[in-house]
Amino acid sequence: MDLDLRWPLGLIFTLFGAILTGFGLMSDPSLYRRSLDINVNTVWGVVVLIFGLAMLGLAFRAKKRGKP
Amino acid sequence: MPLSFTLAPIDYVILAIYFLFVLGIGWALKSKVTGSADFFLSGRSIPGWITGLAFLSANLGAQEVMGMAASGAQYGITTSHFYWIGAIPAMVFLGLFMMPFYYGSKAHSVPEYLRMRYDEKTRAFNAGTFAVMTIFSSGISLYALAKLLEVLLGWNFHFSVLLSGAIVLIYIFLGGLTSAIYNEVLQFFMIVFGFAPLAYLGLKDVGGWTGLKARLIPVAQEHHFAPGTWTESWRHLGAASANPMGVEWFGLAMGLGFVLSFGYWCTDFLVVQRAMAADSMSSARRTPLIAAFPKMLFPFLVILPGMVAIALVQGRHLSLPANADGSLNYNMVIPVMLARYFPPGLLGLGFTALMASFMSGMAGNVTAFNTVWTYDLYQSYIAPKRSDAHYLWMGRMATIFGVLVSVGAAYLAAKFNNIMNLLQLIFAFVNAPLFATFLLGMFWRRANGNGAFFGLLGGTLCAAAHHGLTLPAGEAVGIKGGWLGLVLHTYPSEMAQNFWTAIFAFSTCFLTTAAVSLAGKHNRSDAELKGLVYSLTPKPAAEIEPWYQKPAVLAGIVLAATLALNLIFA
Repeated sequence: MDLDLRWPLGLIFTLFGAILTGFGLMSDPSLYRRSLDINVNTVWGVVVLIFGLAMLGLAFRAKKRGKP
Repeated sequence: MPLSFTLAPIDYVILAIYFLFVLGIGWALKSKVTGSADFFLSGRSIPGWITGLAFLSANLGAQEVMGMAASGAQYGITTSHFYWIGAIPAMVFLGLFMMPFYYGSKAHSVPEYLRMRYDEKTRAFNAGTFAVMTIFSSGISLYALAKLLEVLLGWNFHFSVLLSGAIVLIYIFLGGLTSAIYNEVLQFFMIVFGFAPLAYLGLKDVGGWTGLKARLIPVAQEHHFAPGTWTESWRHLGAASANPMGVEWFGLAMGLGFVLSFGYWCTDFLVVQRAMAADSMSSARRTPLIAAFPKMLFPFLVILPGMVAIALVQGRHLSLPANADGSLNYNMVIPVMLARYFPPGLLGLGFTALMASFMSGMAGNVTAFNTVWTYDLYQSYIAPKRSDAHYLWMGRMATIFGVLVSVGAAYLAAKFNNIMNLLQLIFAFVNAPLFATFLLGMFWRRANGNGAFFGLLGGTLCAAAHHGLTLPAGEAVGIKGGWLGLVLHTYPSEMAQNFWTAIFAFSTCFLTTAAVSLAGKHNRSDAELKGLVYSLTPKPAAEIEPWYQKPAVLAGIVLAATLALNLIFA
């Protein structure tokens, strides 16, 4: 199978990470009362974003090396 | 606190993106499916890390996320035995000892292995029961998902059943097993990213592990158990009456740890199929071992939130919805916790993860069903010697049929309160005797076809008889047991009854297979059994791979870590 799964994984989690981080930065702090006053959208969004970018990086590297 | 929760627009955006990707993966793989081997076996071309995560994810159905969180609330950390005793050792055994036969025999499916090792009737029996079981399990996932959407979001139950069924149908119909496996890996990461913050926030809220232990003491005392019952996994298993699960250590170790666990992880084609899609013998053997690493940590992801929830309920900081009879509806633990801690945004991620868990469970069953139906029933008994294109077409038709029957099974599943117990019950009937058949088949060349067939039959009948003659305490005669008109024994809990059903079924199958085999003749020569029986198979030459990829090394690390977890949380 020559669809490298790391592409869709990388894309979707980069997208989710960016959405969560962006929303977290813009949203009203009172939203986070229920999450113990931690802006979980921003914090977790960054984690998800890093994972997504890492997957894309791995997929890109594999493509450059010519491996499926 | 209201049971339903409202999703904000951003949550719907996340949900929509997820489903676009799920369907998109199926679409992207459509052109790669050119023959039946691509559709059913992924052309044996998938790397070990992907099959490993899919192996785990195929099992992450309804019983995993909602059921394990429910059990975490109901029984406490003893639930982790479903992982540390009830999964890891069997996964290691599969990777080290059984995978060489499955992968090496070039069988398409578990029933086909049974045909090669034993005979046609053994395969037919296994293929038939397995096909029924997968449809049942798939229906349970579908039911649970639709029920959840109805309760939480007010979606119409029938609409939810059809929508979820349609999504699974489309991506498997298009991309076959590869599509299911790719989506399972995506679902795995969704579940990790969606639930990890829940475990963290919940634990932080109750003051960490120490705080949680202190808060669970009154929970245990309220149920008249020793103070540490909810947070110590082994210390209260001396007697069935000392823990809320109602099991003692022998029933747990033998019933769950040995029979049910090995029966499920080592012989259930649903999970084994993932490993059989691997690109090499070495990847196939690593598949369950790679899966074991995240598996041993899953209690922190799914059981912990259940324990936190019950601690909060005890302190009147949280309320769980009640069942019709007034008891707490533990199955709602995860949704209630999501609603409590997650703001819009993260809630979308968590909710999508929850939906993903149901769909991966369902998709795993559907792909296993279409393969067994097409290879082991249709091609073998109904329409042999047709073209490959015909079987590919039949695989797609079986996918449609499987989803349709699952929809029917979804309406049946409504009868049970705890989803997991129903699954355990089905596994006990079908899978528990099966492991005896494999154990004897792989390690005793004298075992023959008649022995295997009558052993399986006897084991399944024994399971039914045991269930029909016993009853869990406090239950009425009927689907929970005692339906043979006589109750010979009453178990302290449904779980204990299931474990012992499995033990009886396994023992009956083992003894019957051995006795019938000894009384009859070999039905396979030693030459025919080469590659199928341990003592007649040359040891695989050590493949050149770095030490951290060697199955034995991985197995050692997995077992040591599992032992450590058992000791830490004893």
